[in-house]
Amino acid sequence: MGFPHPSHPKETVVLSQYFGDAEARGFDGWVARGGYEGLRKALSLTPEAIIDEVKASGLRGRGGAGFPTGLKWSFMPKGDGKPHYLVCNADESEPGTFKDREIMRWTPHALLEGCAIAAYAIGAERCYIYIRGEFTEPLKIMAGAVEEANAKGALGGNAFGSGKRIEMLIHRGAGAYICGEETAMMNSIEGKRGNPRIKPPFPAVAGLFGMPTTINNVETLAAVPHILVRGADWYKGLCRGNPKSTGTKLISICGHVQRPGNYEVTMGTPLKEILYDMAGGPPAGREFKAVIPGGSSVPIMTIAEAEDALFDYEGIVAKGSMLGSAGMIVMDDSTDMVYQIWRLAKFYAHESCAQCTQCREGTAWTTKILERILSGKGRQEDFELLLDLSENMTGKTICVLSDSCAAPVVSGIQKFRDEFEAYIQGSRQPALAAG
Amino acid sequence: MTSELVTVTIDGAPVRVPKGTTIIEAAKQVGVLIPHYCYHPSLPSPAVCRMCLVEVEKAPKLAPACVTTVAEGQVVHVNSAAAKKAREGVLELLLINHPLDCPICDQAGECELQNYVFQEGRAGTRYSEYAKRYNPVEDFGPDVLYVPNRCILCTRCVRFMDDVAGAPVLNVSERGDRAYIGIAQEQKLDHPWSGNVVDLCPVGSLLSKDFLHKARAWDLDKAASVCSGCTQGCNVTIDTRDDVVVRIRPRPNLEVNRHFICDHGRLSYRWMNRGDRVEAPLVRDGARHLASDWDSARARAEQVLRGASGRAVVLASGRASTESLGLVRQMVARFEVTAAVQVPLGDEAPLPGVPDLALRRERAPNLVGAELLGYTRAWDAAVRQAASAAVVVLLDPDLGPAEEAVLSGARGVLLVLATVATGSWPTAEVILPVTSVAEETGTYVNRDRRVQLFHQAKAQPGMARPAWWVAAGLLAGEAGRAPATASEAFRRLSDWWPVFGGMTHADLGYSGRVLGAEAPAEVAG
Amino acid sequence: MSSQGAGTQTAPHEPVFVGQTRARLEHLFTRYPTKQACLLPALWMVQEARGWISEPAIGEVADVLGLTPAYVKGVVTFYTMYHTHPVGRHFIQVCTTSPCNICGAEAVVQALLAESGCGELGATSSDGRFTVSEVECLGACGFATPIMVDDDFIESVTPDKVSGILERYP
Repeated sequence: MGFPHPSHPKETVVLSQYFGDAEARGFDGWVARGGYEGLRKALSLTPEAIIDEVKASGLRGRGGAGFPTGLKWSFMPKGDGKPHYLVCNADESEPGTFKDREIMRWTPHALLEGCAIAAYAIGAERCYIYIRGEFTEPLKIMAGAVEEANAKGALGGNAFGSGKRIEMLIHRGAGAYICGEETAMMNSIEGKRGNPRIKPPFPAVAGLFGMPTTINNVETLAAVPHILVRGADWYKGLCRGNPKSTGTKLISICGHVQRPGNYEVTMGTPLKEILYDMAGGPPAGREFKAVIPGGSSVPIMTIAEAEDALFDYEGIVAKGSMLGSAGMIVMDDSTDMVYQIWRLAKFYAHESCAQCTQCREGTAWTTKILERILSGKGRQEDFELLLDLSENMTGKTICVLSDSCAAPVVSGIQKFRDEFEAYIQGSRQPALAAG
Repeated sequence: MTSELVTVTIDGAPVRVPKGTTIIEAAKQVGVLIPHYCYHPSLPSPAVCRMCLVEVEKAPKLAPACVTTVAEGQVVHVNSAAAKKAREGVLELLLINHPLDCPICDQAGECELQNYVFQEGRAGTRYSEYAKRYNPVEDFGPDVLYVPNRCILCTRCVRFMDDVAGAPVLNVSERGDRAYIGIAQEQKLDHPWSGNVVDLCPVGSLLSKDFLHKARAWDLDKAASVCSGCTQGCNVTIDTRDDVVVRIRPRPNLEVNRHFICDHGRLSYRWMNRGDRVEAPLVRDGARHLASDWDSARARAEQVLRGASGRAVVLASGRASTESLGLVRQMVARFEVTAAVQVPLGDEAPLPGVPDLALRRERAPNLVGAELLGYTRAWDAAVRQAASAAVVVLLDPDLGPAEEAVLSGARGVLLVLATVATGSWPTAEVILPVTSVAEETGTYVNRDRRVQLFHQAKAQPGMARPAWWVAAGLLAGEAGRAPATASEAFRRLSDWWPVFGGMTHADLGYSGRVLGAEAPAEVAG
Repeated sequence: MSSQGAGTQTAPHEPVFVGQTRARLEHLFTRYPTKQACLLPALWMVQEARGWISEPAIGEVADVLGLTPAYVKGVVTFYTMYHTHPVGRHFIQVCTTSPCNICGAEAVVQALLAESGCGELGATSSDGRFTVSEVECLGACGFATPIMVDDDFIESVTPDKVSGILERYP
C-alpha cells in the first residue's frame, strides 16, 4: 500500500498490507492476520522442497542485484557438517530506498518468519539480522519481536516444536553505506572494517566466519512466507507477461511527487502508472524531468524514457537503467541536475571504503570536478575528463560502489548535457562558491 | 597447490604451472612482470591497488592477476590496450593526491610509483586546480617515519605487521580519500622485525630514519651478501656509497628469510665503516711494531711458526668466513690444535609468520661453519690454554681487557690477524690487517648448514687482505699451489674436511646450498 | 593524525565493562563465535555509557576483546556513527543526500544551525546542548527531510518545525 497514503487500486498489496497497522506488530496480532502459517508449513517440509518452491516462484533478490533467490539458496552445501549462516540485509542505505524500514516497523514478524524459513531451508541455525545503526525504531521493534517469538516458541531452540533450532540475532550497524554490500556486511558482523571481499570465495562456500552463508534482503525474505502459504504458482502468476520478473515489488517513491511513499506493484506494471496514478504526478505547476528508478546507483532516466518503461528487471534495462532496489527518486523541472549529480558523487566519495584506488580517489575527484563546474569554473574539457574518469571507475574494482558513482555522471552528461553546458558557458549562475 | 599442471598463454607465451598458481606468479615464469603494488609474495593478497588488472579472453571484466588463478587454456593479455588503459588510470588516480616530492624523497630512484608512471603513466596531470590532501609526517617509532601524503594505501605495512609479525599495531584509519595508516596512540613500531615495512612500502611513505637523506638510490653500489648478525644467515644486499656502507636491505631467499631481515641485522653495519683499522702488516721489532710489507710479514710469521712445536690455540671471531677459518686452522695443522669461535649471545626474536625464521640467540653468522671446521664454543677454556700454548693465533676476535691481559702474558708465539686496531699486542710477532665480511668474498654456513656466498661490497682498506689469503701463504707444503682466490680456498676445504663434499662457490648461486643436499631444481626466486 | 579528532579526557578513564554492562557483553560472547565479532556492539555500549569513544575506552575495549588498540581504532574510525570526541548533549543528524536535497534539506540544515546556536556543522553549541551534523541517506526518503536527535528519528521536518522540535531537548 502507498503508506503513508491509502492503498491505490492499481497496487497489488501483499507485503505492505499491514503498513500503518500497529496491531500487526505484536506476535498475537500477526498470528491473527495469518502470520507464522508459512513457518509451520515449512517446518513440515524438507529443505529441498522449500528451495524448489522458492525457485519455482521466480522470486529474485529485492535488495538491488535481482539474483534468483531459490538458486542462491541452492548454492549452500549439503551435509558438510559446518555451521551455516543466514544474514538478513537490513542495512537499507541506498539513497531513495525506504521500504525495508517499513517492513520492519510494521510487520517485524513477517521478516522473522521469512528469515526462519530461509534459515531452515539452507541448514542454518543462526540468522544475523544486520540493521543499519540509524534505524533506531526498527532496531527496537525487531528486538522486541525476536524476544516475543522466542517466548512463544516460534523461534529458538525448538521452533514450533519441530526440534529445529532457529536463532535470530540483531546486529547493529554504525554508519556505513558500504556495509549493505553482502561481503562487507559479513566483515562488519565479524567485527572488522566494512571492506567488501574479493570473490571467489563466494559466501555460500566461505562466508561469515569462513562458513557457508546466504545473504538476503529484507523484502526478499518477507515474500517467502507468502510463497510457502499461497504457493509458487500464485507468486509466479503475479506478473504482467515477463516470466523472468514475477511477484510484487515495493517501490519507494520520493522526491517531487504529490504522494511519496512505498507502493507495492506487480512486476511489469507500467512505470507511468506508478508515477502519475499512484504517486499522484508532479507538484502543482511542475513537470517531471528525470527519474532514477532503482536507488541512486543506477543510470538516470529522462521522463520520456521512464514513461515508456515497464517496471520489472528486464523492462528497466530495456530503457537504459536498472531496477536495483526500486528506490525511485523523481525530479521535476525545478531540479538542478548538475547539483544533484554532484551531491550524489559526494555521497559516494563519503562512503567509499578506501580499498580500491579507482573508488577511493576517483569518487573524490569526480566530486571536485563537479564542484568546479558548479562554481562557474567549468571547461569544455571537463566532459571528456568526467567520462574518461567514469570509464576508469567502471568494472575495475572489488565492489560496484565505484561504478555506482559513475552511473549518474555518465547518464547525466548523456541526457542533461545542456545543464552542464549552462554552467560551463556561464549562462547559469554558479550554485556553489568558488574555492 | 596440487601437482596437476595447467597451460596458459600470457602475452603470447605459453607457460605450464601447477593448478592454483596465480596469473601474476605464472607470468613471472615467462619473464612478464605484471605491474602491482599491494601484492607481495610473502603477504596475503587483498587485490586493492587494482594495478595488476589484466585482460583474460572470454572474461567479461579485467581480472586482478594477483588473486586470479590460472585455468587450462586461459589466454591472458598483460599489455593489451584495455589493460594498459586501466593501469594508466590507476597511476593517474594515485598521483592526484601524491605530492611532487621526488626531489626531496628518499625513495626516488627506487620508487615503484616513479617506475610505473614513467613506464606507462600519463605525461601530464589533469588534476591541476585542487589542493592535495595534506597530513603531517608522523614518527612511528624507533626507526620508522610515516609520510601520509605519499601513501598509496597499498596496506602492505598493515598486513605485514598483522600477519607476518603477529603484532597488529598499524591500521587503516578513516574511510575514502581521508584514509591513512594509523598507529595506536601509545604504541610504537618497535617490533624487532618492523623495519621491513620500509622495504615493503613501494613509495617513500614509510622511511627509515637511519637512512633518511643519506644517499640517493642511484649513487648506491650494491653487493649480494649475508647478514653477519646471527646464525640465521638472512640474505642481504649491502648498499654502499663511495665505499661507505649506508644501508642493509633484505635479499629474497625463499628458503632462509623469504623477503625479510630483522632490525638488529638491518641496523648493525656501522662497524663495517670503522676507520680505526690496522692499516699495514706490523712486524715486531723489539718492544714496538713497525709497518712492513706482506712478504716480510709473512716471512716472519713463517719463521716463528717453524720454530715452534706443541699446542696451537686459535681464537676466532664468529664473523670470520669459512675460507678464513679453514685455512687458518690448516695453517697450524701440524700442532696440537685447540680452536675456539666467539659467539656473543642475545635474545631470540622470531618472525611468527615465516617458519624457522628468527633473530637467533647465537649472534655469530658462521658458528656452524666454525664447528664443522673443528672450532668449539669453549671460549674461556681456550683462552686459558692460550696462556701456555706454543702458538696463539687471533683471528679478529673481540677481546675484553681480562682476555687481553692473559694473552699479553702468554709465553708462546702470538700471531694477530685483526680488522680494527683496538688491542695492544706488545708481544705479538706480527699484527696483520685483515678484511671484514664487507670487504671480501667468502661464505658463511648458517644454522641449517646452508652454505651461502657473500660478495665484496667495499674496497679493502689500507693493505688489508682476507685472512684466508694470509693463511694460504703459510700453509705447509703448498709452495706454488696455495689457493689464490676465495673460490679456490673454499674448494680446498674439502681436502681436509670431507663434510664439504667437494662443494664449490659455483654450486652456491644466490640462494646457497645445504651441505649434503642435492642440487635444487630450477625454481623462480 | 593518530590523535586527529581524538578528544581530550582529563579525568582518568572509568571502566565501562563492569557490572551490568559487563554482563551484557559476556552474554554477547555466547552469541558470536568470536570475541572480535562483539566489537561493534561493544563500541555501542561504550558510546551509550559515555557519549563518545575516547582513546582509553578504545584501550579498554581492545583489552576486553583480546584485540589491539590499533585494530579497534581502525574499526572505530571507519564507522561514522561512533564519535571519537565529545559532542553536545543532543546529537543531531540531518540527511542532505539528493532525495532529501531536492525536497529542501539544505534549508532544514540552515534552520537547525541557527536555532541550535551551533553556527556550523560539527561544532557544539556554546551551552553544550547541541551538535548538528550533516549525514548521508537516512533511509526515510519519502518522508523528507528526516532528522535524528539522539535516538529519536523524526520525519518530515521543515524549517518552520525546527524550533518546536529542539525545544523538546533541554
